Amino acid sequence: MEDPEQQVATTAMPKPAALQDTQRKEAFATSTGTSIFDAKGISIYYGSFRAVTNVSLTIYENEITAFIGPSGCGKTTVLRTLNRMNDLIPGARVEGEVDYRGANLYGSGVSPIAVRRRIGMVFQKPNPFPKSIYDNVAYGPRINGLHNKGKLDEIVERSLRQAALWDEVKNRLNKSGLGLSGGQAQRLCIARTLAVEPDVVLMDEPASALDPIATGKIEDLMHEIKSQYTIVIVTHNMQQATRVSDRTAFYSVLVNPESDTRTGTLVEYGPTQQIFEDPQDPRTQAYVTGRMG
Amino acid sequence: MSTAVKADPAGPAGSANPLTARRPLGDRVFQILALASGLLVLVILVLIAVSTSQQASSWFSTEGLKIFTNDWDPAAGHFGALAFIYGTAITAVIAVIMAVPVSVGIALLLNEVVPYRWSRPIVYVIDLLAVVPSVVWGLWGILVFAPWIQHIYASIASGVNDIPVLGFFFGTPTSGASFFTCGIILAFMITPIVTSLSREVMATVPQIDKEGAYALGATRWEMITGAVWPHSQGGVVGAVLLGLGRAMGETIAAALVIGSSATITSRLFAPGYDMPAVIANQFGEASGVFRAALMGLGVLLFVFTIIINVLARGIVERSARRKRGG
Amino acid sequence: MTATAIPQQAPDLREPKGWRSTKNRTMTILMVVSFVLVIIPLGFVLFTVIAKGASIISWQFLTGSPIPPNVLPAGIGGMWPAVLGTLLITGLATLMAVPLGVLGAIYLNEYGGKNWLAALIGFMSDVMTGVPSIVMGLFIFSIWVLHFGYSGLAGAFALGCLMLPVVIRSSYEILRLVPDSLREGSYALGATKARVTMTVVLPAALGGIVSGALLAIARAAGETAPLLFTILTVTEANPDVFNGANTSLPSQIFSNASQPYTGAQDRGWGAALTLIAICFILMIVARFVTARFTRYSR
Repeated sequence: MEDPEQQVATTAMPKPAALQDTQRKEAFATSTGTSIFDAKGISIYYGSFRAVTNVSLTIYENEITAFIGPSGCGKTTVLRTLNRMNDLIPGARVEGEVDYRGANLYGSGVSPIAVRRRIGMVFQKPNPFPKSIYDNVAYGPRINGLHNKGKLDEIVERSLRQAALWDEVKNRLNKSGLGLSGGQAQRLCIARTLAVEPDVVLMDEPASALDPIATGKIEDLMHEIKSQYTIVIVTHNMQQATRVSDRTAFYSVLVNPESDTRTGTLVEYGPTQQIFEDPQDPRTQAYVTGRMG
Repeated sequence: MSTAVKADPAGPAGSANPLTARRPLGDRVFQILALASGLLVLVILVLIAVSTSQQASSWFSTEGLKIFTNDWDPAAGHFGALAFIYGTAITAVIAVIMAVPVSVGIALLLNEVVPYRWSRPIVYVIDLLAVVPSVVWGLWGILVFAPWIQHIYASIASGVNDIPVLGFFFGTPTSGASFFTCGIILAFMITPIVTSLSREVMATVPQIDKEGAYALGATRWEMITGAVWPHSQGGVVGAVLLGLGRAMGETIAAALVIGSSATITSRLFAPGYDMPAVIANQFGEASGVFRAALMGLGVLLFVFTIIINVLARGIVERSARRKRGG
Repeated sequence: MTATAIPQQAPDLREPKGWRSTKNRTMTILMVVSFVLVIIPLGFVLFTVIAKGASIISWQFLTGSPIPPNVLPAGIGGMWPAVLGTLLITGLATLMAVPLGVLGAIYLNEYGGKNWLAALIGFMSDVMTGVPSIVMGLFIFSIWVLHFGYSGLAGAFALGCLMLPVVIRSSYEILRLVPDSLREGSYALGATKARVTMTVVLPAALGGIVSGALLAIARAAGETAPLLFTILTVTEANPDVFNGANTSLPSQIFSNASQPYTGAQDRGWGAALTLIAICFILMIVARFVTARFTRYSR
């Protein structure tokens, strides 16, 4: 029954097998092949410190792409580059071009506000505003000028349904968003992000602060909305990557022995099945089989 | 304002039986001194209440509830102080109305808009504003500001005298030294404290909340109203109350620019009086019940400002605690 | 179920609809305006005081005595009684308030811990900073002046009461920043708490404590109301701070400000400039001390 050889060979692969098969069946099911993001050899600096170097990849529409890798490898930094959240850090800059549907994200005349309206983000630690649940979800549409109560009601309900939270909160929309459990709060944040009808949803380790049941709900949610949005998720949980993503990008750390600095870089990028079952780069293989990171 | 107690070993090394030796005298004396110094605060507050009330007792007993009437005539032995209470309230309200938007604006400017490097000179200016002594504000107020603003009052008053609501507040009579001038000067004086407290409160807003707002495509102002303000509103209310208390108690600048006229009037450009100012100006020549009355005004001031400060500090601490607790 | 309604061709990523950016920009401008609204009166006051005071200030003005009657023009006599009074009375108040305030802060941070008494003292100390200065003057009048007469000492008591809670708060904040590792190193050698505090904690906190004290002194030096009924306002210099009425720069400015005579007003401006200079210097020294000497407790 307990064959040690068998154990080692399958450490990198997740159980339960049932979900795995389902996921595999759905892989690329909704993909349209359109390129959403196109990063061309970008490097990201904080001041003079190079945090990430030479990343090139293409994110495709209606797919779930996972960024995985050991800590410090730059996966979150690259993610935040996609919606210009790094602009908030003084001294941060991007060298190289990042295109969003053909337009240079960092071109002159591009407004980060317009960018973020289209490219939403869910954070690691749920961060609902200290307002009511309704006002949390309505915040986005309201700042975009929508004040019609009827329309807002519609949008709030739709977003909360999409986030699989409606049934749990429909009778207490006026209660504070701070009173929700961790899993509910994160789904509220997802609803809030979906309320502005973005094109892309970026997720930075959205379930790392949650228990397994809440995590499962979020992963199911991702599958549900995949057909309408493009999702990029950073995760340090490899099983999660195999459960949800169509494509996976593996990042790692380059240590510069002279200056003792660590810079992140993209090592390998491809369909999830291929990354985990047939990695081309030895570093990828070391990571996904659990020998590193 | 409390932390975990620090470790306290039994005694100095080298004593006969270190583990059971009593604490040396010097150590205990030191602790008693420290405790006594702390208690001094409470003792002083109690003494203030007791001694001033005692000195004011003849006023309270002679006038009873009449102290709240508008009948101040020392020569005739009437000491109804409503005019001064009114003046204190009005000037403080004017000061707060003017100072709060400005102070909150500066606090937002410093915390959210200006890059750190540029914030130092701005903070420096605010500190400079705080260090100007109140008597210098009063000197400038009465010798320079009041004569200048008198002209502005006069033109406004003649313009609005006949308009219903505006004339009520801004009609004649006008005087350079008036409720409104006092309110303006008080506003200058309370701005530093309201600004610095608002900044403290706003700085506790978690960065992740701000990022959440930005991630939804908010402009900076939308982020401020969506993420910063809901977190800070309690604290800012506390800061405003503190400013109100400070404005009520400010004496010297008020004494010089309020106009020294014990009248209750809705005309803000008219001369008036307030509690600290009348005490400052008339205590010297007062005796008997007159002096007791002035002392009694001091008691009222003490009580009002203690209440406001307790409320304000309570609110500020509660919102700070809520943030820290999660 | 296609993607949401964003055009497939190069998306429009320019500034959002006009009114949102306008509102954002307007608010930012308003914030800058608030700052300007504060600079203007400050600038005016400083400019006036310097312009009018500079012509009066002279060695004669600062050291001459006595303070002449209000009718006389500037140039006769001088402000020495007021300068002396300010130095003596503020100095005495500092000697009383600073050690007691630091000790109080030591109680709160080193001994008090989380017990209810320390919390109460800390809270009421903050509340006490809001007590109007004139109430302090009335207080000292009631318990001291009525029995022992006017004196610089009485004024010092009143100023000291004002300074005490300020020193407690600022010293407490500094003591809190001293890392526990410093204390533990000393305890490990067998020192008592008193010894640890005096020999390790206080020296580490000294920069911050001095800076806080300087700011408290600057505030006290500028106070008038507490001195009105405790020292009176005389025109002869009185070096005996324990007996007899005295005067101070703020007291003189106050009494001169309401005078119609230009001589008195001129002297008022000169005294104001002197006072502002003193407060300003104290503030600058405080900042300098903070910058140079508080690195270890940060």
